[in-house]
Amino acid sequence: MNPLAAAGPVIPNYRSASSSCVVHNHLFCTEWIAHNWSPILWPALRQHILLTVVAVALGFLIAGALALLAHRHGWVERPTIMLTTILYTIPSLALFELLVAPVGANVIAAEIALVSYTLLILFRNIVTGLREVPADVREAAEGMGMSRRQVLLRVELPLALPAIVAGLRIATVTIIALATIVYVVCNQGLGVPIHTALGEGPFKTELIAAGGLAILLALVADALLVGMQWLLTPWLRARSA
Amino acid sequence: MNTADTAHNEGLSASPRAAELQLRDVSKRYAGQRDPAIRDLSLTVPAGEVCVLVGPSGSGKTTAMRLINRMIEPSGGDILLDGRSVLERDPGELRRQIGYVIQQIGLFPHQTVAENIATVPRLLGWDGERIAARVQELLELVDLDPEQMRGRYPSQLSGGQRQRVGVARALAADPPLMLMDEPFGAIDPINRARLQDEFLRLQAQVRKTIVFVTHDIDEAIKMGDRIAILREGGVLAQYDTPAEILDHPADDFVARFVGADRALKRLGLSTLADVELVAPNGVRPDGERVPLAMSVRDALSLLIAGGGQPLTVLDGDGAGGDHTDDDGGEESERVVGLFTLDALGGLLEHAAAAGAPRAEQS
Repeated sequence: MNPLAAAGPVIPNYRSASSSCVVHNHLFCTEWIAHNWSPILWPALRQHILLTVVAVALGFLIAGALALLAHRHGWVERPTIMLTTILYTIPSLALFELLVAPVGANVIAAEIALVSYTLLILFRNIVTGLREVPADVREAAEGMGMSRRQVLLRVELPLALPAIVAGLRIATVTIIALATIVYVVCNQGLGVPIHTALGEGPFKTELIAAGGLAILLALVADALLVGMQWLLTPWLRARSA
Repeated sequence: MNTADTAHNEGLSASPRAAELQLRDVSKRYAGQRDPAIRDLSLTVPAGEVCVLVGPSGSGKTTAMRLINRMIEPSGGDILLDGRSVLERDPGELRRQIGYVIQQIGLFPHQTVAENIATVPRLLGWDGERIAARVQELLELVDLDPEQMRGRYPSQLSGGQRQRVGVARALAADPPLMLMDEPFGAIDPINRARLQDEFLRLQAQVRKTIVFVTHDIDEAIKMGDRIAILREGGVLAQYDTPAEILDHPADDFVARFVGADRALKRLGLSTLADVELVAPNGVRPDGERVPLAMSVRDALSLLIAGGGQPLTVLDGDGAGGDHTDDDGGEESERVVGLFTLDALGGLLEHAAAAGAPRAEQS
């Protein structure tokens, strides 16, 4: 270690990279990024992606099942909306704390909280998408002898796709943002370096890098979902030739 | 080319599949409503005929139609298709054998024209090659260019094209019965008339048993081999051929429903071929020239518009029979006679005496 560093100004978390940029607390130090990408940023980003994908996937399965149930049995819709709205309004830090008692401070607590925040958005969008399939299209499908299952799989779900993808986009971006605070229960995700950076006083590189990665991740995920919808809905692209 | 023609003939013309439809004392009463929507409806539609259900709103005409493919379950009575009760059949299996066209058409927006038409064949598990051949054949049948149309989405079609795709889709599995609920209701009047004519040509080819719902008596007269007039409460007021209904309405309700101009409508069912024309000898045929296939109603209208000047009737069906058309075809058409008000007198006496059989529509 450089003995000068110990005697110099307090520079927390500069780790092994003590370039002049870091020592002088410049706004953004690429050297710091280069040195800390593998040990800090990349693992945090990877965890963040995993946290998000698992939360959105589980949320999609649960909300999808509830939405199909509500589509078949209309009375399911109101209580589900009420319950998921309550979940959605619980302050996130409070929810993490509430979950620590039953499941412990771990990634399971984090995922339960994240999933619960996706439900309202996904459920409402799937139910709305299914409901807005034009009545004449549904009648034609039934009149030609499709079973309820065939109507759902071949007609209603494809036509609900834009609404479903819209829900997935909002849920995904929301979860990427929310996942920056799950560090309080499981010490994972981009929240970890952000939290560390907040204690680093004038040194901002880590905060900017980790925060920037979260924003970038949200933009990329959103773009991927837009691209997926583009591929899956060729009929929306077809305009009069 | 040859194989396509053969398939076409086998599928549609040579051995047309059509079934007799029989409604026996069918009734429908909705829970919580005092009066039934359909009351003891009995009628038989012979195989290959068009039966038009017509009536004011609240007469249950759409309900009656939807009872046939069990989109609505009847409360009483029985419905026989080809002698077999539809109530004993699985609704899905039954519906796959009944073509279904609704006013809004209900094309699947996320599927191409070809996929839309293939709906029922796919449900029936046909192989891809057979489906593709059938789609090709049906697009040609409804006068759409298969190469151009196959891959289009419904949003890329005009109203008339959508309607034709809807009919092609309903015909896809060669069903013995077609149900059509105001199929031209959402089309503008000019295109509607064209689609109606096309539909009649198509029906002359495929000869399906068709139940056709409309609220428009003129459409009913034009399209129907038989017309079932329903009144409020789902009661059958009269079931007869258009000519018979116009000549002898069963009661005041029917007379009012077909309109005070029913004598004129009746003339619309006859062509100049049904009229005793005045021989042209001695008179120079300088009046307006009309084809023998023109309806008496239209001829009368021209006669009035021309201040009573006799019309010169030419034989032939008037295909390209626009009288301003001078491309030589006119020379070969023979003058068969003159149409005057006197000729009309004879027709009216004839019609009044014995409800003349309905003129062939072609």
